[in-house]
Amino acid sequence: MSASVNRLNKIHFMLTTFLALYFLLASKQALFAGGNLLIKNANILTVTNGVIPHGDVLVVNGIIKQVGQNLAAPPGTKIIEANGRYLIPGIIDTHTHIALSGTNEGTEAITPEVNMADVINADDPSIFTALTGGVTMVHTMHGSANPIGGINVVLKLKWGKPSEELIVKEAYPTLKFALGENVKQSNRTLLPGRPQRYPATRMGANAIIRRELLKARDYMAQWDRYNQLKNSKNPPKNLLPPRRNLRLETLADLLRGKLIARCHAYVATEMIEFLNLAKEFGFKIGAFEHAWEAYKITDELLKAGVGISVFIDSWAYKMEAAEGIAYNAAYCTKRGILVSINSDSGERIRRLFNEAGKAVKYGLTQDEAIKLITINAAKQLGVDHLVGSIEVGKQADLALFSEHPMSAYTRCDMTIIEGEVYFDRDQLLKEREAASTKKGGI
Amino acid sequence: MRTMRIFTKTQQNFSRLLFVITALGLSFLFSSLFLNAADTDGKSPKVLAIVNARIVPVVGEEIASGTIIIKDGRIAEIGQNVSIPKEAQVIEAKGLIAYPGMIDAYSSLGLVEISGVSATVDNRETGRINPQVKAIEALKYDSMHIPIARANGIVAAVVAPTGGLISGQSTLVKLDGWTNREMVIKESLALQVELPRIRGSRGGFMGFGRQEATISTDKALAELKELFHKARMYEKRRQTAQKNILLPLPDFDETSLFLLPVVKGELPVMFSVHGDKDILQTIRFVQEEKIKAIFYGVEQGFKVAEEIKKAGIPCIIGSLYDLPPTWEDGYDSLFVNPGILNKAGVKIAFSSSSSSASKDLPYHAAKAVAFGLDRKEALKAVTIYPAEIFGVDGIMGSLEKGKLASIVLADGDLLEFGTKIEKVFIEGKEVDLNNRYTELLEKFKKRELKM
Repeated sequence: MSASVNRLNKIHFMLTTFLALYFLLASKQALFAGGNLLIKNANILTVTNGVIPHGDVLVVNGIIKQVGQNLAAPPGTKIIEANGRYLIPGIIDTHTHIALSGTNEGTEAITPEVNMADVINADDPSIFTALTGGVTMVHTMHGSANPIGGINVVLKLKWGKPSEELIVKEAYPTLKFALGENVKQSNRTLLPGRPQRYPATRMGANAIIRRELLKARDYMAQWDRYNQLKNSKNPPKNLLPPRRNLRLETLADLLRGKLIARCHAYVATEMIEFLNLAKEFGFKIGAFEHAWEAYKITDELLKAGVGISVFIDSWAYKMEAAEGIAYNAAYCTKRGILVSINSDSGERIRRLFNEAGKAVKYGLTQDEAIKLITINAAKQLGVDHLVGSIEVGKQADLALFSEHPMSAYTRCDMTIIEGEVYFDRDQLLKEREAASTKKGGI
Repeated sequence: MRTMRIFTKTQQNFSRLLFVITALGLSFLFSSLFLNAADTDGKSPKVLAIVNARIVPVVGEEIASGTIIIKDGRIAEIGQNVSIPKEAQVIEAKGLIAYPGMIDAYSSLGLVEISGVSATVDNRETGRINPQVKAIEALKYDSMHIPIARANGIVAAVVAPTGGLISGQSTLVKLDGWTNREMVIKESLALQVELPRIRGSRGGFMGFGRQEATISTDKALAELKELFHKARMYEKRRQTAQKNILLPLPDFDETSLFLLPVVKGELPVMFSVHGDKDILQTIRFVQEEKIKAIFYGVEQGFKVAEEIKKAGIPCIIGSLYDLPPTWEDGYDSLFVNPGILNKAGVKIAFSSSSSSASKDLPYHAAKAVAFGLDRKEALKAVTIYPAEIFGVDGIMGSLEKGKLASIVLADGDLLEFGTKIEKVFIEGKEVDLNNRYTELLEKFKKRELKM
């Protein structure tokens, strides 16, 4: 393709992008700001305290003030008539890559110095897409190209707000690890003359992580020795600090317990071996990501107290996903493992509630299934004291559904974050109607 | 190449007659043998009676509590007051709902096992023009995805090749059989033609992560027109040469040869078509070429629903697990599309467009209901409508006397997540609902018991 055609394509692409963004940005602000709301006559699925039929929720300054029946609101409070629809806590996606302007620093196998908080893209339309499915919070992560990736970030999907206001500072700081086919690059065609990256096997993936953690241990020892000498009564005159290494500093934080590992893993063996690494080095694992063979090693996971963040049934897309059974989430839940369902996609995220709903097919009750995308997810991210259920004192992150959210027939009608409405289907339909009449109807 | 024989009409009729006679003779000879085999099978007695079921026949009135008699694979009787033959094996279905089995109107079942492992992928031939490749000839009858789909109440599926401009011939199969050929309902269902996608659609953000269309719909249709013309000319020259031995036979042309059934109007074309303008162009093409057509994908169909209705072309809805083709259409355009098409009078059918997610067929239909499609119509769009579109409504797609007994017994709404599928019958035979999911689960549950 000639350069000029290429340029034309680029211009066309940019124009399309701008046009599309214009349409999106037109409605890009909280539809109702202020954080004071009274939601009336809803079927409230509190998740932690059962169902309140014909219930009301009063939100003051973004916090749930009261949950009950026939609540009164201070004058001037915005009233939302739920008309018997289902109100649930905002959905939390524990594994996505949305709202980022970069996912994988794949040029090297070890990159813990990169931080996803540095590349937040608050203009990503996926944020709006997620809101249309009732999602209010995401754990947006480094990709799975590297055995040790980067630091992840938890965001609230406050569409239209600057990136700093999206970050959830209270969440666990987490570091991405990855194992298996992606890191050994087994599904890649090598260009002639280009060497295969180390690691190319599961052995290598484990070995390279151990190598880096050993390095981090040495690095910590160097600093400990330096600090010991520096703080001694008679520090040596020419005492020099060790050379700073940002890569190893992150890993040192992991070993100090300031960071929690989140590890992309599929097959049973690699999960067991990562559990062993964690034991060997004394770091914490927040959850295994995807964990398609978790059902094979429930005892080991229970013993280690490690949860899983999984798909409900997206499987058989590669060899290591060929034994990923749709019973995984339900069975592991029944065994007592903390399970959340993730989207890992800017498309699946808007039907994450449907994905959780499918868990009912494979053995959970509707009440159990909804936990997979609310309170369980909040626990895995360390924010269950703030969100994940409808309780007095928690942040008013809420979603309103036309039918029971675990039914296949349901639809998300409204999404609220801290008492501010970020998605309102009725409002959107009205705006659409108005826009089409203005244009003379298309 | 000389051995390639094309039958003339009379030859064809004669050979058909011969075949029927032979088949009748053989079946008479072996009938006792077959019956014995069926008897020892145990799972497929000659007469079955499903009793006390709530029956949702899809066509006709619902029966609050009724009986279905299955005889020789077909529905012999169905209704409220049906007497049960003495020899019948009775299946108590109190508390269960009987539905016709679902038909997945577009899938890659049996062609794609593990999508990322090319050794297990057989749905995409190399090159752009491949009318000669047939899905049935590569179908893996023991695909791990088939029993999973079956366990969700799907009894038949269209299996379609993909890629290029002419991808090959799709097939319609039942989800039961010990060989690919045993599964056949319609060996050659349609010629699959794929028109360019809408720019920026599908998965990627604003066109990122997706290959842009390298060809416009105009050019694609012009190319098809030329190929169809060539096929007609090829046939004309061949026929002329057959009448006059002095005239040379045309040089062998594989593409023209396999396009013949299409230009003769015998084999429909299933067009993957997406944008509103492309849909209108394709309607014109279909009318000019006087071919039978089915649309697949049809993401912007809602913008030209009236025109599609007028053209009388049925639409197979692509997977709803996707983003809108353009953001200007609205975030919900894929979800409202089936309802709008249906209201306009277009015949629609849902599809999984997948192998590993073929079991999700009912959920696509339910999703469309959440965005405006009528519930009963949604059920029809996974049963009788696809049967009508594929010309097999005489034998399947609803629970009616005389049709093949492909029946699902469920403990609730067929399209709902929580519903348990208790039993599935395909052509009168109860099929095994065990699958890779249940087998692996059972295997590793044993570990739990040991500990």
